[in-house]
Amino acid sequence: MAGTDGAAPGTAVERHESAPLPSGVAVISDDRVENPGFPPYRPRVSDTDPVKERQNERRVFWLFLASMIGSVFAVVAYIVFPIHEGDLGSVRLNNLFLGLGFALGLLGIGFGAVHWSKSLMDGHDMVELRHDTRGKPETIARASEIFTLGNKESGFTRRKLIRNGLLGALVLAPLSAVVIFRDFAPADDPATLLKHTMWEKGTRLARDPNGVPIKASDVTIGSVFHVIPENLNDSEHPLEEKAKAAVLLMRLNPEDLHISEGREDWSFRGIVAYSKICTHVGCPVALYEQQTHHLLCPCHQSQFDITREAAVIFGPAKRPLPQLPITVDEEGYLVAQSDFHEPVGPSFWERSL
Amino acid sequence: MTATATTPATTETKAPTGPGMRFVNWGANYIEDRTSMSGLVKELGRKIFPDHWSFMLGEVALYSFVVILLSGTFLTFFFQASMAPVVYEGSYPTLKGVEMSAAMASTLDISFDVRGGLLMRQVHHWAALLFVASIGLHMLRVFFTGAFRKPREINWVVGFLLFVLAMAEGFTGYSLPDDLLSGNGLRIIDGMVKGIPVIGTWISYLLFGGEFPGEAIVGRLYMLHIMLLPALVIAAIGVHMILLIVNKHTQFAGPGRTEGNVVGNPIMPVFAAKAGGFFFIVFGVIMLIAATVTINPIWNYGPYDPSPVSAGTQPDWYIGFADGTLRLIPPGWEFELWGFTFSMNIIVPIIILVVFLVLVAFYPFIEAFVTGDKREHHMTERPRNAPTRTAIGAAGVTFYAVMWAAASSDLIATHFRLSIEGVTHTLQALLILGPIIAYIVAKRISIALQKKDREIALHGYESGRIVRLPGGEYIEVHEQLSDYERWRLVSYDDYAPLMVRPNANGKITFGTKLRGVMSRWFFEDRIAPVTRTEIEASKHGHH
Repeated sequence: MAGTDGAAPGTAVERHESAPLPSGVAVISDDRVENPGFPPYRPRVSDTDPVKERQNERRVFWLFLASMIGSVFAVVAYIVFPIHEGDLGSVRLNNLFLGLGFALGLLGIGFGAVHWSKSLMDGHDMVELRHDTRGKPETIARASEIFTLGNKESGFTRRKLIRNGLLGALVLAPLSAVVIFRDFAPADDPATLLKHTMWEKGTRLARDPNGVPIKASDVTIGSVFHVIPENLNDSEHPLEEKAKAAVLLMRLNPEDLHISEGREDWSFRGIVAYSKICTHVGCPVALYEQQTHHLLCPCHQSQFDITREAAVIFGPAKRPLPQLPITVDEEGYLVAQSDFHEPVGPSFWERSL
Repeated sequence: MTATATTPATTETKAPTGPGMRFVNWGANYIEDRTSMSGLVKELGRKIFPDHWSFMLGEVALYSFVVILLSGTFLTFFFQASMAPVVYEGSYPTLKGVEMSAAMASTLDISFDVRGGLLMRQVHHWAALLFVASIGLHMLRVFFTGAFRKPREINWVVGFLLFVLAMAEGFTGYSLPDDLLSGNGLRIIDGMVKGIPVIGTWISYLLFGGEFPGEAIVGRLYMLHIMLLPALVIAAIGVHMILLIVNKHTQFAGPGRTEGNVVGNPIMPVFAAKAGGFFFIVFGVIMLIAATVTINPIWNYGPYDPSPVSAGTQPDWYIGFADGTLRLIPPGWEFELWGFTFSMNIIVPIIILVVFLVLVAFYPFIEAFVTGDKREHHMTERPRNAPTRTAIGAAGVTFYAVMWAAASSDLIATHFRLSIEGVTHTLQALLILGPIIAYIVAKRISIALQKKDREIALHGYESGRIVRLPGGEYIEVHEQLSDYERWRLVSYDDYAPLMVRPNANGKITFGTKLRGVMSRWFFEDRIAPVTRTEIEASKHGHH
């Protein structure tokens, strides 16, 4: 039957290989159950009942007709449901009805075609023989002969000097192009840039985002401020500066703070300022829990304890948030004493160099 | 190629007549004279495709990619891949007058000022989610049915590359609108890149064109997103399809089906109609979702700003496993050596992800080594008939699922009123224990199912009919299977552990030893297929 017909019942096509390939640890048994061959074809209703066949034909047509209606509806919806500036409801209606029209147009074609194929097209299974993926021996011999000829006629393996010369040249050509990637970024050294922020002696702490400076007297116990340097919005690259200089300002009961040696004067009457940029991968550590004085990073859930100088108490971060030394100026505004004493944000290779 | 069909007697080669057909004949001949197209039609026109619902998963992937190309092209006509600051003056009221990048502003314009723009954005995004999801499911189907075995190992690797490319496409696309969420996603990527030893700082610096966030990244990702990556995806799909045609499709065991044939529907007309129709169904379903379900409402998030972030934010689903891995690292994994910083809290997740993906990519070669089986395999296996592979797959799926669930650890905690610490610690434990449990359970279930199959093949199935014998004994009558039904249960590849023996030089090589150990791991617990003798015996010796 091979190759001549649809699957005839009661036949099995056995595979004939030229040379059996090693089967490894497979168990080859000659007591295997035999393939019973193809089962008899089970006719569908539309194969036997002309009424059902016509019914199916009508169904397919109705589906295609629904598609046409959908497509026309989409065009109508485009015009009938325009977008009125500022009216979000009109956007929603446009989106909905245009989309429904398109969807009907597409689904009608899809279901129609599939229904046609399943209920009306010839339903017999057909058989195709497989062949080894590996080509015929003659073909393989010819292919290898071609390579041999190519090698012989060019002298690719014989003329080692020029062959190796070519390989060297091919390796070097793309490598030389690597240098042009240097100007993907400006000339500065990133490791140096990452170690400094906008904060310097006397920079006022201002509210994020409007840049209004904060007086120490505005900061009541338990309150928290999102802070930027006062001059941030005038800087040349505000987003880049903000990504390093963003700070959280909190006021705690001074006796709750466990201050380590050397940081005694970094806070002011219980007001402390810490970098807002997580030391894990740099998300803003924006969630402050007033009762426990914990800061939580919403990205990967690192938690920092503000009473213990933002030490990590949970999560993947390793280092405490760097503290910004602050004080007040003569007008009572909070100001930085200096820049951070260590790089802020995520770790990087040259961080401690 | 010996495909064939004779059944419909109407397919005679006599040229049909009629005014319309004259034009068709002329057109066909015109093209034939210039392209020799008949050869291709002869080769492929009646090519047989086997039918099984699971074979449609790869089709879903292919068709959703076409939808992505169509909707994406529409979006490029309006989108401006620029981070230059502009003041938004479009029609979304709450953001009027806000400074944002041109990318964000043009995305808002597409959503609120172009008719059908929002629809196309949502089609694009939903189709992208479906694309990655269907690739994943397709890979699981291929894995659990052993369809990656010789001669399809290379096509498995090509498919794997498509999976990775699809994720890259997804991530680059997600980052383009330059809204708050996508900016935070980039911030996390920046932080991860910076944690890579030696080159990390520089890679981040060059990628972002300076310090994070810079003004370059959206333009650069856009170029990758609409040119380089799609070109690679299309090329890989081309290779994937060519190899599919060369290798022909696999098929499940069934009466008449052998390693030497393909049984199913011919491309012309049945498969073409089914697959072509299915493309429209996939497109239609995506369209229906896009028309009714909002996705990525960037207007609610606002433009990117490094300072605010809202709680409970998540990446698109397929990046979840990477984000989850970052969350599961215990505190304190970072150290300094000779002044250099080793961020193990970044390096370890990256290593875990890379090792996981490499194992997925190389699995076919590992199994090929274990079995040492060089034959071609065209019959897809039922997962139960390869218990160890199924168990490994279940372990892998569980490992992935835990990493993925970890990306929602905060939402799990708030939703079920649990502590974030408790959820994280549980997930950390599950990351190690989950795969082990899944492995054991899946293996036992597979073997139990094999035993059940064996029982049914030999003794038939329970008919529910209770009969009292003359002696007073009650028995349940078992119905025997037909040969056709039984064949599905008894025809599968059987492997046994390797008997380690010295080679010709009287030595046991390391490779042989390793294969001995691994094949014992794979095949020690084995249920051999029912044999002819056993069936004969059961027919005679049965009550």
